[in-house]
Amino acid sequence: MCGGGGQPAGRMRVKVLSRNPDDYVRETKLDLQRVPRNYDPVLHPFEVPREYTRALNATKLERVFAKPFLSSLDGHRDGVNCMAKHPKSLSTVLSGACDGEVKIWNLTKRQCIRTLQAHEGFVRGICARFCGTSFFTVGDDKTVKQWKMESPEYGEEEEPIHTILGKTVYTGIDHHWKEAVFATCGHQVDIWDEQRTSPMCSLTWGFDSISSVKFNPIETYLLGSCASDRNIVLYDMRQSTPLKKVILKMRTNTLCWNPMEAFIFTAANEDYNLYSFDMRFLASPVMVHMDHVSAVLDVDYSPTGKEFVSASFDKSIRIFPVDKGHSREIYHTKRMQHVITVKWTSDNKYILCGSDEMNIRLWKANASEKLGVLTPREKAAMNYNQKLKEKFQYHPQIKRIARHRHLPKSIFCQVKEQRIMKEARRRKEQNRRKHSKPGSVPFVSEKKKHIVAVVK
Amino acid sequence: MAEEDWLGVEAAVSASEDEGAEEDGERRHQQLLEAVSSLSGQKRRKLAERTEASVQVSEFNVSCKGAGEKLVLSELLQPIKAKSALSSVKKELNRVKQKKAVELPLSKEEAERVVREAAYVRTSKDVGKWQQVVLQNRRAEQLVFPMKQELVAVAPLEQVVSAWKARTPLEQEIFGLLHKTQQPITDPLLTPQEKASLQAMSLEEARRRRAELQKARVLQSYYEAKARREKKIKSKKYHRVLKKSKKRKALKEFELLRKSDPEAALAKLEELEQLRMEERMSLKHQNKGKWARSRAIMAKYDLEARKAMQEQLAKNKELMQKVRVELPEEEPGDVPAEDLVSESVPAVPVDASGANPWMLGKPSSPAKEPEVQEDLGDVTEPAVAESKEEMSEEEMSEEEALLQDFEQKRHVRRQQAASPELQGADMTEVVSELPEDVSVDPICTEEQVSVGIEQPSQAQEELLLLEQPSCVQTMEDIEALASEERADEQETPVATGTEKRVHQQEQGRAEDRQAKKPKAKKTIISLQAVLAGKSQEIQCPSLPVAVEEEEGGFDQRGVITEAFAGDDVVADFRREKRKAEQAGKPQPVNLVLPGWGEWGGTGLRPSKKKMKRFLLKPPPAPPRKDQHLPHVIMSEQRNIHAAAHQVSELPFPFEKHQQFERSIRTPVGPTWNTQRAFQKLTAPRVVTRAGHIIQPISAENVPSLAAAASSGAKAALELAPKRREQPSCPPCPRKRAR
Repeated sequence: MCGGGGQPAGRMRVKVLSRNPDDYVRETKLDLQRVPRNYDPVLHPFEVPREYTRALNATKLERVFAKPFLSSLDGHRDGVNCMAKHPKSLSTVLSGACDGEVKIWNLTKRQCIRTLQAHEGFVRGICARFCGTSFFTVGDDKTVKQWKMESPEYGEEEEPIHTILGKTVYTGIDHHWKEAVFATCGHQVDIWDEQRTSPMCSLTWGFDSISSVKFNPIETYLLGSCASDRNIVLYDMRQSTPLKKVILKMRTNTLCWNPMEAFIFTAANEDYNLYSFDMRFLASPVMVHMDHVSAVLDVDYSPTGKEFVSASFDKSIRIFPVDKGHSREIYHTKRMQHVITVKWTSDNKYILCGSDEMNIRLWKANASEKLGVLTPREKAAMNYNQKLKEKFQYHPQIKRIARHRHLPKSIFCQVKEQRIMKEARRRKEQNRRKHSKPGSVPFVSEKKKHIVAVVK
Repeated sequence: MAEEDWLGVEAAVSASEDEGAEEDGERRHQQLLEAVSSLSGQKRRKLAERTEASVQVSEFNVSCKGAGEKLVLSELLQPIKAKSALSSVKKELNRVKQKKAVELPLSKEEAERVVREAAYVRTSKDVGKWQQVVLQNRRAEQLVFPMKQELVAVAPLEQVVSAWKARTPLEQEIFGLLHKTQQPITDPLLTPQEKASLQAMSLEEARRRRAELQKARVLQSYYEAKARREKKIKSKKYHRVLKKSKKRKALKEFELLRKSDPEAALAKLEELEQLRMEERMSLKHQNKGKWARSRAIMAKYDLEARKAMQEQLAKNKELMQKVRVELPEEEPGDVPAEDLVSESVPAVPVDASGANPWMLGKPSSPAKEPEVQEDLGDVTEPAVAESKEEMSEEEMSEEEALLQDFEQKRHVRRQQAASPELQGADMTEVVSELPEDVSVDPICTEEQVSVGIEQPSQAQEELLLLEQPSCVQTMEDIEALASEERADEQETPVATGTEKRVHQQEQGRAEDRQAKKPKAKKTIISLQAVLAGKSQEIQCPSLPVAVEEEEGGFDQRGVITEAFAGDDVVADFRREKRKAEQAGKPQPVNLVLPGWGEWGGTGLRPSKKKMKRFLLKPPPAPPRKDQHLPHVIMSEQRNIHAAAHQVSELPFPFEKHQQFERSIRTPVGPTWNTQRAFQKLTAPRVVTRAGHIIQPISAENVPSLAAAASSGAKAALELAPKRREQPSCPPCPRKRAR
């Protein structure tokens, strides 16, 4: 509209938008759409508060979508005592129960595809051969059995390929990562050639029963074992000799090597804690992971070596970052009893845990992750949200929301109780220090506190 | 040396024995000794010669220079080293010399411990070679797993099948069946039947057939879509036009039918007649409609309404009149056919003012068509050369033209907003046709006479057209009035229009539909239309409307100012700021105790002196930050609501609060960053691929370690510097993966 002043009356101006098609027309339809953006910071003010809001929303949404439980595999008729991953197939997992039954599961169908009565009494240990064609079990009936991975053909009997009769009970088994060698533990650590019925070498150091033995996945000649006389022993297969022994305050139930860091292993201890050790410096652990409120029974590393999952007698499993002292996640359900065994699948996506009440449970490793294929935009949004959460993680509201978990009453109470106990102990020590000669009550770091001795 | 000594001693002894007698012989002996000693290659110790008087001179010419030296047995034994006979003696002597006490053997535990310690040191060193890799992976911005891409090989089906055998009865049964039907188990994988069927239909044939089917399906879907779209159109006018076009089509078909099969044509004609009668009988123009009723009420008071009613009644009367169809005189061609139709309408001359289409008579006859063509030819139309087919197409295009008209209107409306110049050109083109149409005038009237049944519809079309050009004209008017150069402007577009037409002529019949548009319009637009349009446009120039709008614009401003008359936002803000400033000033502390040291009570005030003494003035506040910012109020008070969201302590990995603030300040979102930067900033720490097994890291995957392993055992010591040399290619999985 014209102002009407000096202009001749009646001339109408029509204002139109005029744009250069070069700015918005694609050359071919395969080109990306041009979205003109002006990144001038003046036009987009308040970046920190806006991002903070986004981070807060992302954190809340993460909590909203945190539904980690996927399914339960039921079929065992007794508590699940041990599990093993298939080295070549993601969808296959093996489990051994306390009644000597071994089941092979298909995770995609969530079905048991094979059942076999492997032992009389407990199946103490189970492990798959590195090529995935067969697996080994040890049981309370003092035998080591090798089984084919495939189910027997029609007319064939369900029989082990080899059976080795031992003199003592075997309590654990692990297979070498590259060669046809496996190790059993029990009275001593035995290293076996698959083709022979007697061990290649037996490694002993002391006379107590050894509860678990694990091959190092990177430096494959290394073995770690933990015995019921509270110690962790390392062995070298090449020199067929034990290397070093570290004695802790309480018994270690099992240990697991980090698959990406050759010298790091984590031990699951009876004193509710997990200890990450550097095998070169055993005098004190690299990190003490504490959050469980009962004995830790099993531990397994994620294949990326950044996190591990632990199963505990307190009916929960927890996920710890390797470099953090406290867990980032706790999984529990009402029906899950003492968790005896836990595994992290080799695609880093799922966690399996076998518990007392005969079920194997399948969890997401990342509770709020969306499963299935993501569109690029979804992926970008997910990455952005992740980054925002990381960036604003120290802000109190975000920290509070991200950390908030609902706990079963028993765990909640026990956590509180332990906090009180710890505080009391600290106070007592403080008082003692106050009333005794200076220097006579030394400060001992948390890491050193749990180590009794290192034996050469 | 010892040998010479020994020989030297001998010589000295001999020399001393025959001292004075044979000096010559002695010298010779000396020479001999020298020669022998030179043979042995070792330097002979020079005998001390007597040069001065001394106390310690022995008579045997033996100096006591080395008197203090001890005689060592081994030195004595050396000369006999080579001799085998003496070697055993020498060994014996050596053994005696080296004899030492044997240490006690280690205890078993200790021995084991030593072994363990050695093994541990060695193993630690071996494992330590991973240190650098581990550190780099821990620090890496991004790790991509799995590190090693595995190639998936798919075994061919035949191979898989050949290894498999039927065992269960069910399987065997199935295999039996398969054998019966000659189902091949191994290589070709096709039954004879399948093969035969494959051969029966060649690939090309199949392709052709498929293409046909596809085409049919596409056509069907296209028609369906079209029908659906047409059905959706709500415009009454459109449907009317559509109906009419259908009717016309039927008519044409009827003409053809009449030529080929008169009997059938007659039957059809009756049907048509029936239809026409029904149309006539409809209550459209009786006083039954809503509008008509409202007019009836208004008629008492309103002259206009009465007039309208009367008009309608007249129309009704006209319509209800019995129509006599008669052959037009100009069409002597098909009299018999026309006779078959009982009624005949007299040729009614058309008057431009109030043409009653119903009175115009008969459906068009085929004989008329060539005439029309001729007429068109007379007027030097571009369609002169066009054949009869083209003409029929043109007739058909009448409807199209109408449809296009709708579109054009819409288009025009859109263009009005877009570009006034373009629109002007378009419009003038339409207008430019008008003068030509004036020249066509007689044809048009003829057409109207001859068209017959078409007439009513055409009348309506005309009405439509009356509206359209008028609208166009008004738009033009505005411009014309504004510029006050109406004549000029109209002339130039006409010129462009004629040019265009010439161009069209050149292009001929290969023109596309768009080019045909003006042609179609030509047939539609008649003199009446032109006349009516002109008269209307002159009557209602649209200029005042624009002026009114302008006035409205002025008004609105006034309205707004009026509405917000009471709000003085600026003053309010100033007041608010003053208040904030006042509140920010430190208040004096009053410590005056009334009645203390003087009289107190109601109505008494503490003395000024006391006030002066006990009213504590605080130091002035530091200058406000918004002192020089007139439009800003800056509050430095702590906001509790915001504080709940703020970090109170410096979090662990940061050492200075500036570091932390910097980490927060940089935005990562796509609102502030380019796409590329956004992707880079939000790249996840760990990337895994779904469904891929992540194997533990191994030395083959790490280039530095793999090289070290190949170089062998000696590399253990060299490893560290080597790794330090090439930090640019870290064994981070990302680099390895891609």
